[in-house]
Amino acid sequence: MSELFAQLQRRDRSGEDCVSENGICPDWIVDNLDRYVDPFWDHVYLTLTSVAIGFAIAFGLALLAHRRRWLVAPIVQVTGILYTLPSVAVFFLLLPLTGRGNTTAIIALVAYSLLILFRNVIAGFDNVPAESKDAGRGMGLTENQLLWRVELPLALPEIMAGLRIAATTTVGLAALAFLAGAGGLGAALFADINFRSNVLVAGGLAVLLAVALDLMILAFQWAITPWLRAAT
Amino acid sequence: MTTANTAQTEGPSASHEAASLEFREATKQYPGADRPAVDGLTLEVPAGEICVLVGPSGCGKTTAMRMVNRMLDITRGDILVAGRSVRDRDEAELRRHVGYVIQQVGLFPHRTISENIATVPKLLGWDKRRIAARVEELLDLIGLPADMGRRYPAQLSGGQRQRVGVARALAADPPVMLMDEPFGAIDPINRERLQNEFLRLQAELRKTIVFVTHDIDEAIKMGDRIAVLQQGGVLAQYAPPAELLMFPANPFVEDFVGADRALKRLALQRVRDVDLWTAPLVRAGEPVSEARAKLASSEVPYALLVDDDDRPLGWLSDRALTGERVSAELMSTPEPMVELDDVLRDALSDLLAHQVQYGPVLDHQGRVVGVLSIELLADAIAEPPEGE
Repeated sequence: MSELFAQLQRRDRSGEDCVSENGICPDWIVDNLDRYVDPFWDHVYLTLTSVAIGFAIAFGLALLAHRRRWLVAPIVQVTGILYTLPSVAVFFLLLPLTGRGNTTAIIALVAYSLLILFRNVIAGFDNVPAESKDAGRGMGLTENQLLWRVELPLALPEIMAGLRIAATTTVGLAALAFLAGAGGLGAALFADINFRSNVLVAGGLAVLLAVALDLMILAFQWAITPWLRAAT
Repeated sequence: MTTANTAQTEGPSASHEAASLEFREATKQYPGADRPAVDGLTLEVPAGEICVLVGPSGCGKTTAMRMVNRMLDITRGDILVAGRSVRDRDEAELRRHVGYVIQQVGLFPHRTISENIATVPKLLGWDKRRIAARVEELLDLIGLPADMGRRYPAQLSGGQRQRVGVARALAADPPVMLMDEPFGAIDPINRERLQNEFLRLQAELRKTIVFVTHDIDEAIKMGDRIAVLQQGGVLAQYAPPAELLMFPANPFVEDFVGADRALKRLALQRVRDVDLWTAPLVRAGEPVSEARAKLASSEVPYALLVDDDDRPLGWLSDRALTGERVSAELMSTPEPMVELDDVLRDALSDLLAHQVQYGPVLDHQGRVVGVLSIELLADAIAEPPEGE
């Protein structure tokens, strides 16, 4: 740990007035913006990879539990435990097994997102109108056809809502990923936690990323659910 | 054994001939239930007829219907479609050849109207052009403009959605249709309109239909044959509507069809089915002696003044027949005027509403072809209707 923070302190502040007075310094921000580029993209990578893997696992579990409802309760329990474990604790638990780096961070972030994603996919399936399913079966759709052509599209609003929550919370949690040795905006933030301009830029970029991802998922949902817009 | 011609013709409106449908001791017992929901149901629906399953809630009518396309599996007995046991057929394949309409319609909210209608043709692997042509044809058949095909179900009224539900069930021209309270969720005015539309369609399509309702009036209106089920899924009576109303098989049926079953029978006959009285038609200016002769030979005690095209103007007063020539002195207007296609119950209602004994009967051109009287209606109630 001490080695970690020693490394973070290394960045020096240039000797301008604003900077030495620890203010919000536009000039400094403009001059130093490029040092946030890599952490930003690391952050994007951590978030997207974690949410993608988390969604794949949660969706697979939801498909499994969809026709075997008794599986829902145990899956919610297990993912619920993963959700409540403090991610920092998970990092340090995993360190001996997976070492420092992205893998450890991503495993912890995925574990955290499972509950949100799983519950929303299941909620989406539960909200499919029973009469649409009955009519679909009655017209000769097989269970698989019913799932992919009727149930899944009609579950999209809840599934997308889950993705939005998972994406924004993962952006926040990924700020701690530097503790597991992964990069990201957290590393930049804690590199000089006392310098306001740094905190503003690193924190601001994280907030911006969360908002951008949220809007992108929302726009995607808007594009793929035209029937929800058509309602009179 | 019944036979059916399931030969397919080409073209979008490939017309399958109707198939007969037979329940043979069909029984459904749910696991854990002490009694069957449907108990040994045996009945035969001839090809092209509507069989209405009617009864109080819990009588097993929907269960019986859902066994036909194996939405529910038969516990004992069998159901034959075109002579073939439904047990031998693949569920999905069977259902694609049996139209299915439910009360809540169950349109897919995320699919356009056209896509909804195209569901079964798509499952059957029709090519795109054939599907598009069929969808267009069906939209026309149910009286929706073609551009409604691009809308989503939420943009349609309840009645329109129900029509689309029927069109979707008809899409692949199945020989057999199952309809579970298809008009149950529609307001009374639109329900009547949808019923009439559907009967007109059926007159052309001649599908074999199992129609479930709890409403005896709807059953009488829609059914070629009515199966009354009672608690425990037991068939109480299976008969054409007129026979059911004339000769209820047991007190349950008698009670279920209602105390007004004589009046209900009037709903089965139209004015053209009755031997109308001759109308004493008189024109203004004709000799009174001729008019009196007509009056004497008619059962109607009043003369009816008509114009040159035999359209009714009104009932003449006695004073009109006092002089040399008939004068246009009216006792009353000709209302209510009855049409040949009116059902007798509506005609009776009209006469009662106007507090009169007689109503002129008009053909499609508005010419008087006879007179309907309360007395004739009373006779119609007493006699069993012909045909049926």
